[in-house]
Amino acid sequence: MRSEVLKWIIITMVLLLSLLIAIGVSLTIGELNISFFDLPEILKNGKGSIEYTIISNIRIPRIILGIAVGGALSLSGVILQGIYRNPLVEPYTMGISGGAALGVALTIVLGLHFLFGSFMLPLLGFTGALLTIVLVYFISIKQGRIRIQNMLLIGVMISFIASSAMMLLMAITTKDNLHGIVFWIMGSLDEPNRSLIWINFAVAIFGLLLSYVFVRPLNALRLGEEKARHLGVNTNLSIKLLFVIASLLAGVSVAVAGVIGFVGLVIPHIMRTMVGTDNRILLISSFITGSIFLILCDSISRVLILPNELPIGVITGIFGGLVFVIILSRKSMKFN
Amino acid sequence: MGNLILDIRNYSCGYGSKFSLDNISIELSEGCFAGIIGPNGAGKTTLFRGLTNELSAKSGDIKINGINLKSLRYKEKAKLIAVVSQTIEQAKIKVKDYVLMGRLPYQSRFSFLETNEDYEIAEKYMKLTNVWRLKEKMMNEISGGEQQLAGIARALTQEPKLLLLDEPTAHLDITHQVQVLNLIQELNKKLKLTVLMNIHDLNLAGEYCDYIIMMKNGKIHTQGSPQEVLDYKNIEEVYNTVVVTKTNPVSKKPAVFLVSGQTLNNSK
Repeated sequence: MRSEVLKWIIITMVLLLSLLIAIGVSLTIGELNISFFDLPEILKNGKGSIEYTIISNIRIPRIILGIAVGGALSLSGVILQGIYRNPLVEPYTMGISGGAALGVALTIVLGLHFLFGSFMLPLLGFTGALLTIVLVYFISIKQGRIRIQNMLLIGVMISFIASSAMMLLMAITTKDNLHGIVFWIMGSLDEPNRSLIWINFAVAIFGLLLSYVFVRPLNALRLGEEKARHLGVNTNLSIKLLFVIASLLAGVSVAVAGVIGFVGLVIPHIMRTMVGTDNRILLISSFITGSIFLILCDSISRVLILPNELPIGVITGIFGGLVFVIILSRKSMKFN
Repeated sequence: MGNLILDIRNYSCGYGSKFSLDNISIELSEGCFAGIIGPNGAGKTTLFRGLTNELSAKSGDIKINGINLKSLRYKEKAKLIAVVSQTIEQAKIKVKDYVLMGRLPYQSRFSFLETNEDYEIAEKYMKLTNVWRLKEKMMNEISGGEQQLAGIARALTQEPKLLLLDEPTAHLDITHQVQVLNLIQELNKKLKLTVLMNIHDLNLAGEYCDYIIMMKNGKIHTQGSPQEVLDYKNIEEVYNTVVVTKTNPVSKKPAVFLVSGQTLNNSK
């Protein structure tokens, strides 16, 4: 039975290697293509050159944010799909994106980012996400117990309400504001504020570590809540804490990078078919694959319509959606 | 009389005001093989949910091995009681990983891998229940009978004092019914494991159990040896059905026969 552990180590190593390759690709392609073999030279002696500036000021921050957001969203998806035992749940199903988008739309419409500075956007985005989560969470709790299926419905409803409220704002505001809101919604890894990037990165890594504290309860929940309790798991507590972890991961990511869809839905699915349902390998492999996916999508979005840039949400949606449909159709063929 | 493993005293519980168990008292000593019978809605499942603390008691106490159920933490409880549910497993989990999950109550939050002891215990019970050959298969790919055996292996891996089985023979053909019950009987005798099961089939209950609890409308109607409980008067009272009881010529256990409505009318 020890072969499992060896398999997990190999999978993690291969994925980390793939991440390095993805980082390499992302460093070299863009409006200015840089040869991969010139990289060490540029990084060592090229200070002041255009290549160096592009790499250190534009590409590396985007890569770090890509690792953080891709990893966080996909980890959040794995956790939520695990506690709801529903493969269609993703971080945004719970109204996290709706709340964040509403917060940002409100900031833009009221011009708060001009009054108090641009950090108001992620701050109110995060507040919006947090408020929806708190709302969903407390409505779902009855007599100290969390009611999972209700929670899902409440999440979807609150998400609808938030999106409708946002559309209301969009309908009554000026063209310029509308443009700002739409671009934010489409998501981007282009974030000028370095400290926000590092906060997001730290939250992602912290969330990954924390999720491993609950990896055994999460594994037991594969059998359903009642059976997990029979195995000695305090399901109520575990689900609550796992929900908080997943929400924070998604909330911070949405606040910083906007609504980047599909990562949290597609990557957990793909990884489950590849590495199995044991969360001990599923959590880490989904995190890394989410990072790889987002970094590659970002690279594509930068070069597809040069010199312009596509919103990354467009790429993840099309790319992720296609992969998803292909996998599902292949699977259903197997069942027939 | 051995140790008292299960001691239910004046226990009442229920779902709100709708349905409840009323004043249930059961005592099972170590090594007992007991069955709960009764019509649908008699409270068999409710009693099981009370035993696993899914429902909280309105009054009365349940003691497992002398310890009050209410005072137990989740993990401690899982070391004393193991439950084999009848739901069909849909999770994509390898049989061996499924069985290994029975070691969960013994693992600390921060232990990432199973210990050698965990593997040895899981292997032992998988061999005992004859699922070792299926260990690399997925739970959702094996048959209902095999799932039941894997469920029992997982429960044994918890090394409990009391094994609860919810309808272990539901959806199984007679080959698998007998296979599963023979196994439970063997475990009961070999490991001196106390067994309590919900079962619909009165003949199987009579053949395998050495103690039967007959329930009706949330109350215990009769409890005792199969011969005492499986009397046609009791059965007709509880099930509102005409039956004939005889003794199985080989096992000398009570056997219950049903009679069709037409035959009954003709014989009048």
